[in-house]
Amino acid sequence: MTGARRLKKKSALAALFFRDIRSGRRVGGGTSLGIVFFLILVTVFAFAIGPDLKLLGKVAPAILWVAGLLATLLGLDRLFQADHEDGSLDLFLTSSAPLELIIVVKCFAHWLLTGLPLAAAAPVFGLMLNLPVPELWRVTLSLLAGTPALTLTGGIGAALTVSLRRGGLLFAVLILPLCIPSLIFGVFAADASETSAVGFVAPFLILCALTLIAAVVAPVAAAAALRHAGV
Amino acid sequence: MQLSASHLTVSRGGRTIIAGLSFTLSAGECLAVTGPNGAGKSTLLRALAGFLPLGFGAVTLSPGTDQSIAERAHYVGHADALKSSLTLNENLHFLADLLDAGLGGLPVSAAIAKMGLAHAADLPVACLSAGQKRRAALARLLVARRPLWLLDEPLTALDEPARNLAAQILSGHLAEGGLIVAATHAELGVKARELKLGALS
Repeated sequence: MTGARRLKKKSALAALFFRDIRSGRRVGGGTSLGIVFFLILVTVFAFAIGPDLKLLGKVAPAILWVAGLLATLLGLDRLFQADHEDGSLDLFLTSSAPLELIIVVKCFAHWLLTGLPLAAAAPVFGLMLNLPVPELWRVTLSLLAGTPALTLTGGIGAALTVSLRRGGLLFAVLILPLCIPSLIFGVFAADASETSAVGFVAPFLILCALTLIAAVVAPVAAAAALRHAGV
Repeated sequence: MQLSASHLTVSRGGRTIIAGLSFTLSAGECLAVTGPNGAGKSTLLRALAGFLPLGFGAVTLSPGTDQSIAERAHYVGHADALKSSLTLNENLHFLADLLDAGLGGLPVSAAIAKMGLAHAADLPVACLSAGQKRRAALARLLVARRPLWLLDEPLTALDEPARNLAAQILSGHLAEGGLIVAATHAELGVKARELKLGALS
């Protein structure tokens, strides 16, 4: 469990990455809990819609995306709060690594533990929702390209609410509207029914562009929020 | 090496906490910041580290380099900055990598042994007592070498042997030409100049 004593020196950012992965896996069931939450959301939708398999298959991309969005944001409000409470955030400010890159690393580690398993589980849950087999890879790819944007955007909200005790609801209110563009183009890319005229490539590329924009803007915005949080 | 603050003014939430404070600290000197609760000791330390914006005045650490003061300072606050799910060993390895300024430092295992925590090195930090966590927080002063130490109540929760150990570490740092600014209510155990806050207002 503890591993051998590592003698090799790591850079500050690599050390932070491995610390976040390690503590994320040890606390709260790690990745499995997020997938179970995802599964429950998908199942709840299926029960709410009822036994109309045709309808279910038609709205499955939307269900998977909304469930994926909520499951990604679950726990994201704690991204910086835990570090704020135990004093680590002060030490990030005294590190020679820029705060913006520290935020990128933290978001990436969080995405590996939440977003990536969701995308991997999506085809299985898609089958549950009677999603046609050729469409499964579309949903998976669109979640794979889109969830990093959700994590990064959530990082802004996590930074803004870092010193609030019960910031979870405020976090969701702040961040969910900002996730709508990714949601729209993610569902567009995933939906390959005949009525959809746009095809896969165009919305998928826009989805990738949204993720790239978030990768540039979110760390700067989150770093500004953390620096002025009165921490 | 010299730390100087001139006409330092810091406000928090619209209230001026520190007004027009000036001091200089030379290599090998320790400044003990004292004063009643709420006098602004922690605020002063955070302002020196650069965590709080200065309303007026300047803090300089000379000779200047391209690194900020924060990058050349150790800050030990009220929280111990340890992840409770990780072991002490893992925590200190991380802190050594995060804070390493290229100046070297003690190996993690040596620092843990020096702080008398060798038996607890592989325990999750959640299992440690408050005093043991404090010892671990002080151990990070050893694993990464930095010239300026900003210590906020460094002796809280420490027992008598640990206080002596802390005094020994502090005097070792001063002997090497380091600088220490410590907010404290207790005796640090090293020769220190006193800066009394809250006496003016």
